Amino acid sequence: MNDSIHKEPSMLRQKELIGGHYRKLARAKEAGLKSAYTFVPGNLTELLLAFDVLPVLPEINALQSAMRGKSAEYIAKAEKLGQSEDVCTYVKCDYGMMKSGNVGPTGERLPDPDLLLLSYTGCFTFLKWFELLREEYKAPTVMLHVPYQGDGAATREMRDYVVKQLRRVVIPALEKVTGKRYDEDRLRHILALSAQAEEDFVAVFRAARNRPSPIDAYFGGVYYIGPIFTAFRGTQAAVDYYRMLRAEVDARVAAGAGPLTPDGPMPREKYRLVVEGPPNWTSFHEFWRMFHEEGAVVVASTYTKVGGVYEDGFRHDPARPLESLAEYCLGCYTNHNLPARADRIARYVQDYEADGFLIHSVKSCDSFSAGQLVILRDVEQKTGRAGAFIESDLVDPRYFAASNVKNRLESYLQMIDQQRRGATACAR
Amino acid sequence: MSQPAAAALAQLVERAEALAYDVEYSAVRAWKERHPGALAIGFVPVWAPRELIAACGALPVGVVGGGDKVEIIKGDACYQSYVCHLPRSVVELGLNGRLDCLDGMLFPSICDVIRNLSGVWKLLFPNKLSHYLDLPQDFDPEIGGDFFRAELAQLVELLVARGARRPTPASWRQAITEHNENRHLVEELHALRREQPWRVPTSEAYVVARAGCVLPATEHSALLRDYLALVRAVPRAPLDNARVVVAGAFCEQPPLDLLKTLERAGCYIVGDDFLLAPRFVRADVPLEGDPLAAIANTWLAHAQPHASVWTRAGTKGDDLVALARKAGAEGVLFAAPSFCDPALLDQPMQEAACGRAGLPHMHFKYSENSGQFQGIREQAGTFADAIKLWSGA
Amino acid sequence: MRTVIGIDLGSTTTKAVVLGEDGRMLGRGITNTRSNYDVACAIARSEALIATRFALLREALARRAPDAARDDALLQSIARTFRLEQHLGQIAVLRTELAAVASGATWHTYGEALHACAAGLLDRIEAEAPAAFAGGAGLGSEFFRDLVGARWRVLAEPAGKAADIGFDWLMSCFDKAIVRVENRALDLSFERFAGPAIERFVRENPALAPGNATALRASATEAAAAAIDEWNQVGTGYGRSKLPFRREQIRSEILCHGLGAHRFFPGTRTVLDIGGQDTKAIQVDDQGIVTSFQMNDRCAAGCGRYLGYIADEMNVAVQELGPMASRATRSVKINSTCTVFAGAELRDRLALGQKREDVVAGLHRAIVLRAMSLLARSGGVKDEFTFTGGVARNQAAVAALRQLVSENYGARQLNISVDSIYTGAYGAALFALRDARAAAATPDPVAA
Repeated sequence: MNDSIHKEPSMLRQKELIGGHYRKLARAKEAGLKSAYTFVPGNLTELLLAFDVLPVLPEINALQSAMRGKSAEYIAKAEKLGQSEDVCTYVKCDYGMMKSGNVGPTGERLPDPDLLLLSYTGCFTFLKWFELLREEYKAPTVMLHVPYQGDGAATREMRDYVVKQLRRVVIPALEKVTGKRYDEDRLRHILALSAQAEEDFVAVFRAARNRPSPIDAYFGGVYYIGPIFTAFRGTQAAVDYYRMLRAEVDARVAAGAGPLTPDGPMPREKYRLVVEGPPNWTSFHEFWRMFHEEGAVVVASTYTKVGGVYEDGFRHDPARPLESLAEYCLGCYTNHNLPARADRIARYVQDYEADGFLIHSVKSCDSFSAGQLVILRDVEQKTGRAGAFIESDLVDPRYFAASNVKNRLESYLQMIDQQRRGATACAR
Repeated sequence: MSQPAAAALAQLVERAEALAYDVEYSAVRAWKERHPGALAIGFVPVWAPRELIAACGALPVGVVGGGDKVEIIKGDACYQSYVCHLPRSVVELGLNGRLDCLDGMLFPSICDVIRNLSGVWKLLFPNKLSHYLDLPQDFDPEIGGDFFRAELAQLVELLVARGARRPTPASWRQAITEHNENRHLVEELHALRREQPWRVPTSEAYVVARAGCVLPATEHSALLRDYLALVRAVPRAPLDNARVVVAGAFCEQPPLDLLKTLERAGCYIVGDDFLLAPRFVRADVPLEGDPLAAIANTWLAHAQPHASVWTRAGTKGDDLVALARKAGAEGVLFAAPSFCDPALLDQPMQEAACGRAGLPHMHFKYSENSGQFQGIREQAGTFADAIKLWSGA
Repeated sequence: MRTVIGIDLGSTTTKAVVLGEDGRMLGRGITNTRSNYDVACAIARSEALIATRFALLREALARRAPDAARDDALLQSIARTFRLEQHLGQIAVLRTELAAVASGATWHTYGEALHACAAGLLDRIEAEAPAAFAGGAGLGSEFFRDLVGARWRVLAEPAGKAADIGFDWLMSCFDKAIVRVENRALDLSFERFAGPAIERFVRENPALAPGNATALRASATEAAAAAIDEWNQVGTGYGRSKLPFRREQIRSEILCHGLGAHRFFPGTRTVLDIGGQDTKAIQVDDQGIVTSFQMNDRCAAGCGRYLGYIADEMNVAVQELGPMASRATRSVKINSTCTVFAGAELRDRLALGQKREDVVAGLHRAIVLRAMSLLARSGGVKDEFTFTGGVARNQAAVAALRQLVSENYGARQLNISVDSIYTGAYGAALFALRDARAAAATPDPVAA
């Protein structure tokens, strides 16, 4: 974000948290700390923390590389090493980074993994990604298979299957790597902290129901999910951060203020939108600017649910430690089937009184993208509103055509505008 | 003798090709007319429990895409340009009513596109059964096995709820026996091709195998038997071709003309991963005990290493090298459909394995409706020539 | 008089439409200048204003000589003469630019010989011009570059041989000079050329009644002098963000195509626009308000540019593709609408001995199939269905579309305006009028 712009304390705190984690990772080996590579969806942060293991999240590294302008180089490297131009650019960006010295977003080298913990949740490519990392690192590898909610529900059999894997596969592997015994009381304590932070987290996103919305639940939301989706769920630091954030958001609501953007406070809320799909990271700020310059604020997004869906009431539960971890994994957004995703988007449009919805479809991610056009039609039918469809990619700058994206977005917003005027004219 | 055999062979292959590429699914419609009230259940690649479907009195139908036989309009309306071709043609077939004869569709876990297709199907065809079949990635019978057994039990309930017959011990026994037998015959076909590829051109073996998508196991087994008998009777002379294995074409199928192109370019395909359904599990399902556990455990113990399954042990690509060795192949052709994540993400690791094993390899991409093969012909021709040069040296 | 202007800055052409304050279309203009948007915009606008003043001329003439004003042939002949005068004016500019280019250091080798040869070539082209315009040149292809360039290519070879100057040198010299001409915002206005055009016309038509000649002169003077007040302007199209317009004077091409198509054919509910870089499927309501739309994805597969690429591959002009496809006896199935792969597929098909006509028919079908998918994405094809954009002028594409729509949606009224290419600019002009009236708080007489 532009440094000359006013920042709220939570923003600085968030930056410190994330930066601190990377610094800790850089010194992990000398400090005798173990690290596990794992993914955001279905991450088992609490369990890792219970073993004092630091999580490293390759997809976060990839998006950070993109925001620092390094992804093109890393992707080129991976393609030179034989990766197809057709496949996920997160994988290629991460692989290219690894092959370029594994230097993380803070400019320091990331530790090699002591454990590859594949939380196989909501994304097939994760499986291939870790097969690749395993060949490179020759590290112990654990697969946690989280079944997909194909028929729209997480069944008891699915939960039991995940719990059994946790108990018989994941925990023994952690014990072996760390030399520590599994301490369920410690896990319970950590899970209680998770649940606390989750309460405030939900309240922050819920605040977007206000007019004007005090937050941008997509571009701004990306910053809000940072701590809870990565290394901090289950820490006191996360509890404090979300409390602070919630207070700021509440203050903005009380003041009738809109969201903060990298270019300063957003002056006027003209359009309220729901967005489905991950952002583009190579032109993240440019993409955001296209919205806030038009007065468009995102009031709800599905991307901010990839690391867990909390709004329906789920909380990590110290009374049922492994069961609630399993339920958490099963509930992540990309583990929901398409009808459930469409229902959720339609519900957002209604609950957040949105003027429309936009699908940002990325080439890389079949889990998100394959079938989005059918979701589009379904949400249109359910809400009676036409949706917008914009395509680019996660971290490959070759696929972000700014003028195309802007053209589509502007056309969509003008359509909403024209429909409003038409409606007013008819009313007269 | 050989003259009438040759004619009979040509006739059989023609019939198989008609069955294999019939986008009207006439054979399925005819089967349903002969079995009033019985269900037909489609499944997309790679594997589905065909014996379970059959034990419920239903016809398992392999749906492997429309190839180059359907013009895509509605499918493209549902899929962006960077998604592979298979789901477009399957959706096109569905929306054009060609799959009306199917009472349900199963989408086995293979990749996110197929996984999401299960949801697309629910949205587009709310009145049909659409079920995602999550195959286990944990291979412990007490962990993955229990989950898988429960999955299969649920599938039985779903089929019964749609009007299928609840399986009986007798129907289980019959279905498992018939599918074990079918697996043996498919394996025999591949074994003969490995031993005498000049007798069993892949462009023929492929359509004979693919006809099995729309036939009950017994009928397909009869077709296989006839084919095997005829090719053994018809004299065909070996050519000085390069023996190759084709890898990566397990889901979206290569066009028949692509297979012919490879053969014309001087390749004997002695191993491949097309149409894996009947040979994905490399052992018989036992007739004893709980049939659901039997299917689940056979799968856990004997499913072939595959891009859609977590590589539990060993190194990625070892199995491909082993397959090539077993087939006496001199090289590997990596043929992946465009935008096929499982095949394309496996490929660099498999290529590295080939490199370590000293197996020459090349790669190209295709889509099921590719119309031009000039480039592939030249590439494959050069590759085959080079292999023969090396082996001669 | 008060007018509004709509400008559509497309990827291959720029269009302008002028409306009177009653909403009547007074003039329209188009240019293919690729030099820069400002010039393109100025040329299209000036073309549209010329057409507007011609309309005024006709009105003025109707008062003075009603019979002459009703004589379409006479007025067309005057228009041709006007184009000729413009053309000669542009040749004069080209002459100075050619001289400047030929004096440049690069051309030093040939020195005076090149000067003389280039000037001689231009003399020939200039001398041919009156006959060419009398025969209708300048009306088929409206672009100066195309007209002069075509003749230059033909004449340069023998002329170069005679002067011992390489053909490439002459072509390169021309290319450099023509770009400089295109980059200059020339005054090609009615005010400048109408007078000389009338004089030439009177001179060359001695049979013209003296009264009519006088009436023509007076009417042209009146039309040239008429104050045309530009009340408002709205820009749209692919390059609209480059227009030096205020923010509220920019509208997306989606809205403009929707409204333009609605005004051309009020029954329109679905609009398909296939332009150079973009394909758009738009649904509109009974007021021309857009209810949903879809645009093609990132790549320009299946857009007008694809046809341009194919034409280049086959070494024919893009306008010839449609007629060629119409001569097909069967349509060859083409699977790739990717511009990169289509070339390979095309060569493959031709190498296999398939007829050019049949292959080209297949290519047209492939484009229309893409459009059909986009239409399906946007909500299907409703009645009436209006087809706009450059590709709507291609008969083979229209035929393929007609067939596929009827196969997939049943009978639909398919509308194509002869002014189809101006749909976006027309919509923009309608928005300009609507906004101006709203600002002036007067009721909009053209609003339904």
